[in-house]
Amino acid sequence: MNLHEYQSKELLARRGIRVPRGRVARSPREAREAARALGGALWVVKAQVHSGGRGKAGGVALCRSLEETEAAARRLLGQSLVTHQSAGRGLPVEAVLVEEGTAIQRELYLSLLLDRTRPALAFVASTEGGMEIEEVAAHHPERIVTVALPRSGYTPFVGRRLAFALGLEAGARTEFLALAESLAAFFVASDASLVEINPLVLTAEGGLVVLDAKVTLDDNALERHPDLAALDDPKQRPAAEVEAERAGLNYVALDGTIGCMVNGAGLAMATMDLIKLSGGEPANFLDVGGDATAERVTAAFRLILSNPQVRAVFVNIFGGIVRCDLIAEGIVQAVRDVGVRVPVVVRLEGTRAEEGRDLLARSGVRITPVRGLAEAAQRVVQEARAS
Amino acid sequence: MSILVDRNTRVLCQGFTGRQGTFHSEQALSYGTKLVGGVTPGRGGSRHLDLPVFDTVAEAVQATGATASVIYVPAPYAKDAILEAIDADLELVVCITEHIPVLDMLAVRTALVGRRTRLVGPNCPGVITPGACKIGIMPGAIHRPGRVGIVSRSGTLTYVAVHETSEEGLGQSTCVGIGGDPVHGLGFTEVLALFEDDPETEAVVMVGEIGGSEEEAAAAFIREHVSKPVVAYIAGVTAPPGKRMGHAGAIIAGGHGTADEKFAALEAAGVVTVRSPAEIGKAVARRLAGA
Repeated sequence: MNLHEYQSKELLARRGIRVPRGRVARSPREAREAARALGGALWVVKAQVHSGGRGKAGGVALCRSLEETEAAARRLLGQSLVTHQSAGRGLPVEAVLVEEGTAIQRELYLSLLLDRTRPALAFVASTEGGMEIEEVAAHHPERIVTVALPRSGYTPFVGRRLAFALGLEAGARTEFLALAESLAAFFVASDASLVEINPLVLTAEGGLVVLDAKVTLDDNALERHPDLAALDDPKQRPAAEVEAERAGLNYVALDGTIGCMVNGAGLAMATMDLIKLSGGEPANFLDVGGDATAERVTAAFRLILSNPQVRAVFVNIFGGIVRCDLIAEGIVQAVRDVGVRVPVVVRLEGTRAEEGRDLLARSGVRITPVRGLAEAAQRVVQEARAS
Repeated sequence: MSILVDRNTRVLCQGFTGRQGTFHSEQALSYGTKLVGGVTPGRGGSRHLDLPVFDTVAEAVQATGATASVIYVPAPYAKDAILEAIDADLELVVCITEHIPVLDMLAVRTALVGRRTRLVGPNCPGVITPGACKIGIMPGAIHRPGRVGIVSRSGTLTYVAVHETSEEGLGQSTCVGIGGDPVHGLGFTEVLALFEDDPETEAVVMVGEIGGSEEEAAAAFIREHVSKPVVAYIAGVTAPPGKRMGHAGAIIAGGHGTADEKFAALEAAGVVTVRSPAEIGKAVARRLAGA
């Protein structure tokens, strides 16, 4: 689960980490009020959406008067912000963060994440703050330093190695050590999977300030953090994905025309790949789970067909413990209930597959049962072209 | 022979009396697995499926001589269950549970250091040596005793690989589902090493997917240490970056962990790769026939 910048900063600030003074505003008037209350002569108004690259997308405004602050908020609020990271989708701007301006001396990068290969938590730091770390990794990998936390947890040498690598002077170094320790404590206490500070700013006065922060939490641990789970903003995710979560399905929308319903995540990916290999394009990833009951299959059909681009549906089930004939009944039921108007190609394999295929063939519903995996993929691509 | 489990493996079930534990224990018993008892705290002294129930793993091991454990405990309690099994010095712990928090698994990995316990999973179908011992949720009936070792990150794709090799009349020595989580127990490399040393395994099927770099590590290992033919399939060529594809570990992050990278690394190591899981069986048969 992703948090908004303002939520991330609030959580970090509670751990004694320095962030710019700021206030959240949900209307232009509130933004103006926020600027007035903060005082000073320079403010930053930042659109709150779950994506990086907001600056380039016009989601961040530097303002020199209360009027400008209000105008910036009016322009951003209610807008749908498309960034180069949002895959063409507009993210609703329902809040802006109004912050005091910060006098910048240097911009650094600091993140804490899971390094899967070790596996361990690891800090990643770079002298090239303000840029995307992937860019730095591609062009200047030598400017990135990674320091893993020992199994026993954070200890000051980790912070020292980072601080020296970043070339911080004595005063900032002390501040950095406290920051690194607080970040590690925050990460563990909140079951985060990523904390990214970009940029971490060395101010003109020589202090360290978190200018932008992104926190991602481990979905599997949210149950033990009800306070953090409450910060979820489902509007930042595609509606179909939120719908899928409610139905207990794993769904990812894609650009193609062939809807997929598969049991098991690996087989679901393999099915998408086979469609591509056969000259088609998958419209989605969908894992109906181990027990593909009639209820779940119905929910899955509804979800797939909510995408107007879908021209055909490919149901690919490997019946293990779950019997294919029961799944076939579920499919027939669902196709009848949902009123499917596009061709449906079904491939059943495994336990009682023969009975399942018979059941589909005799159902009177427009379903094409196909035996082989490759053959089924080719068939559904043909059907999609023809429909 | 086989790897990890055989007909002498004495298995305990943690989370024995729950719905999952009960169902899959029944399946294991009917398959012929030597299930010797189970653990459900608070139910010690009773019997379930005609087997003894214990309050703690330590008691269960002492009373039954169990050497392996399978865990169906719900995610919030799974870390504790694995740690208890490691503490009881079991040789093998198979954790089926899905949705365990990553930090819990890091703690488990720390606890495994210096211990003899091997962990398989979590978020996996388990381990099976066909005709001898089934530990986990895989359908027993599709397996045939045979010559091919299978190691996979995905449940249903393992079943497809099993089905394909059974269809070719090759059968399986042992099948190991290493699980779809980013932090887990045995990896491809460790399982490949076991298959390499197992005289009954003549070829290995490796099923990977996007995310992480374990397939690349396996490729490097194969190049140096594996003499047996390896056939590999990687799922997720069409997966978009930054999206988690069902499994917690199946995500292309920062442009890394793509299927193409993994295919390339494996091919460079001399592994036969297939672009469709439906080709796995035939590819293995060809390699074993010397083609």
